[in-house]
Amino acid sequence: MTQVVKSKKPRAKKAKAPAFSKETYLQWYEVMLRIRRFEERTLMMYGQQKIRGFCHVYIGQEAIAAGLVSAIRPEDAIATAYRQHGIALSRGISSKACMAELFGKKTGVVNGKGGSMHFFSKEKRFFGGNGIVGAQIPIGTGIAFAEKYKGTDNLCVTMFGDGAARQGALFESFNMAMTWKLPVLYICENNGYAMGTSVSRTSNVPDIYKIGLAFDMPSEAVDGMNPEAVHEALAKAAKHIREGNGPYFLEIKTYRYKGHSVSDPGKYRSKEELKEYKDLDPIKVVENKILKDKIASEAEIKAIKDLIKTEIDEAIEFAENSDYPDPSELYTDNYVQKDYPFLT
Amino acid sequence: MARKIALRDALREGMSEEMRRDENVFLMGEEVALYNGAYKVSKGMLDEFGERRVVDTPISELGFAGIGVGAAMNGLRPIIEFMTWNFAVLAFDQIVNNAAKTLSQSAGDFNCPILFRGPSGAAGQLGQQHSQTFESWMANVPGLKVISCIDPYDAKGLIKSAIRDEDPICMMESELYYNLEGEVPEEEYLVPIGLAAVRRQGTDVTIVSYNKMMLVAKAAAEELAKEGISAEVIDLRTIRPLDFQTIVDSVKKTNRLVIVDECWPFAGVSAEVTYEIQKFAFDYLDAPIVRVNSADTSLGYAAAFVEEFLPNPAKVIEAVKQVMYVK
Ligand SMILES: Cc1ncc(C[n+]2csc(CCOP(=O)(O)OP(=O)(O)O)c2C)c(N)n1
Ligand SMILES: [Mg+2]
Repeated sequence: MTQVVKSKKPRAKKAKAPAFSKETYLQWYEVMLRIRRFEERTLMMYGQQKIRGFCHVYIGQEAIAAGLVSAIRPEDAIATAYRQHGIALSRGISSKACMAELFGKKTGVVNGKGGSMHFFSKEKRFFGGNGIVGAQIPIGTGIAFAEKYKGTDNLCVTMFGDGAARQGALFESFNMAMTWKLPVLYICENNGYAMGTSVSRTSNVPDIYKIGLAFDMPSEAVDGMNPEAVHEALAKAAKHIREGNGPYFLEIKTYRYKGHSVSDPGKYRSKEELKEYKDLDPIKVVENKILKDKIASEAEIKAIKDLIKTEIDEAIEFAENSDYPDPSELYTDNYVQKDYPFLT
Repeated sequence: MARKIALRDALREGMSEEMRRDENVFLMGEEVALYNGAYKVSKGMLDEFGERRVVDTPISELGFAGIGVGAAMNGLRPIIEFMTWNFAVLAFDQIVNNAAKTLSQSAGDFNCPILFRGPSGAAGQLGQQHSQTFESWMANVPGLKVISCIDPYDAKGLIKSAIRDEDPICMMESELYYNLEGEVPEEEYLVPIGLAAVRRQGTDVTIVSYNKMMLVAKAAAEELAKEGISAEVIDLRTIRPLDFQTIVDSVKKTNRLVIVDECWPFAGVSAEVTYEIQKFAFDYLDAPIVRVNSADTSLGYAAAFVEEFLPNPAKVIEAVKQVMYVK
């Protein structure tokens, strides 16, 4: 069982006024709802076999994507794993391009070449969904190396799961990033499980943030079910990194409501545990807060719901109506060299 | 008495029988114990053998492969399961630099009786990183033996031989065909490492294949039979050491050879077979050897790519007609 870290509630200090602006709350709400609705439809489309292959949804973890939108700049880079639809959407890759990719269409974000696990967008500084557990940890570190080399104050958000935290590449990366003071923000999205393996079964040190301490890397655990807590932690870490102090490590505690992938019934966890987290649902939490504290009106919430509904409907329609890539595209993008002589 | 069981059950029976027979055999890998295996190959083994001998690991391929090597050097007989061979890439250092070289480096003092196993090959629309075939990679390494099959009878007999073997072995299965059923006797038996099997007798052309491409080769042979072309089909079963003799004997009869190999073409299993056969059966060949491989590319997600990428019966039939100079 994972342990829920209670966030330092920012509103506890200022009892009346919300800690963030109305725009921020509405932005979070919109970002999270987009991901949730997008992925609910994704699962339906998977059921209809419009989407194939491995498909890992982010449902339950949306508060992290929301926090990233408000706390990180568009120029900052992001590298993550295969559970990436939510992060890609939050970066501003369109629902249409994402859905078309899942359908394996030419109009997808990577022309039907990547599917659910591999979106990329140079324009959005999205360095991929990686399918090899932990592989993006050194890659994200290298993206940060390049930013420092070029003298920018951008950072690279390098995201990985609790399972990935046990790969040797993490330890090598942490060491070099700290030694060379690279501008990398490591985020472990600890959703309690790597497939069917709970965090506590993978290490004598179940507190993943403590790994960073061995390198004297500033490292903290964060409540990942609430965008307020996520934003605060990210903003503080980003400031530290931009000031040239080197990497920062956040273990963000979250939960995935669905199985590991569409094929996993998730029998290794209890109904009670699932309910415990569904009660903390970040979308509900933010919606309640917005309405209770009168940050925005019900009409404004409804407008966002309608906007998202239309957007996702249109994304599905777009994906449906797009063409599949031509089989000959198998041979494109293997080499930059256009006339590469393939063996046949 | 034979009964029909699935590939996953055959593999499990093989491992379980060897674990009952030899206390030093253990199984280690991701999700092998509590989850009963990502593809349910090890289902029930934790219940029977307990945590000491069926060991779940963190996602640390390099680490647990190396732990296997060390344990093998110190008297145990590890079975290291990779969820798929794509992830074994992280462990190549231990497989290639250590398991394969310990005997040579120690002048025979330490051997490394370890079995690395898991599914290999494309399995649908899984994209570039999850669709690779590894027989050629591993077979390139002196010191390793390589087994690759999906037939349940062979899989059980070979996995038992592999566990008893004194050398390090890589075994490739297929996640798409863990359900494939075949006749397997109740009684104990072994299938020797290093022997191919003739699956279908024929006189006009020899088709050599292994693992799930055997299904493609056999389907092509059946189609060809309808057109009056008699194909002999050989299942390699072991890739290293490779049973060239069985192929040579067949080619002496058919004078034509087509190789169906899911590995990429460059420096692959098909290239090796081609070299050896031109060397040992040159005078018997009536046409250049033709191979049907996966495309010389990475495999993207869209369905059309999978179709284009993989060998299929139509491509094999075309290759056969090419070596037979018929249209
Ligand atoms: C190197 C490697 N080993 C194994 C796998 C198979 N695999 C895919 S996801 C996964 C679990 C990863 O869990 P975690 O890092 O916690 O991320 P989450 O799925 O919870 O987001 C495993 C074992 C893989 N893709 N790559
Ligand atoms: Mg996880």
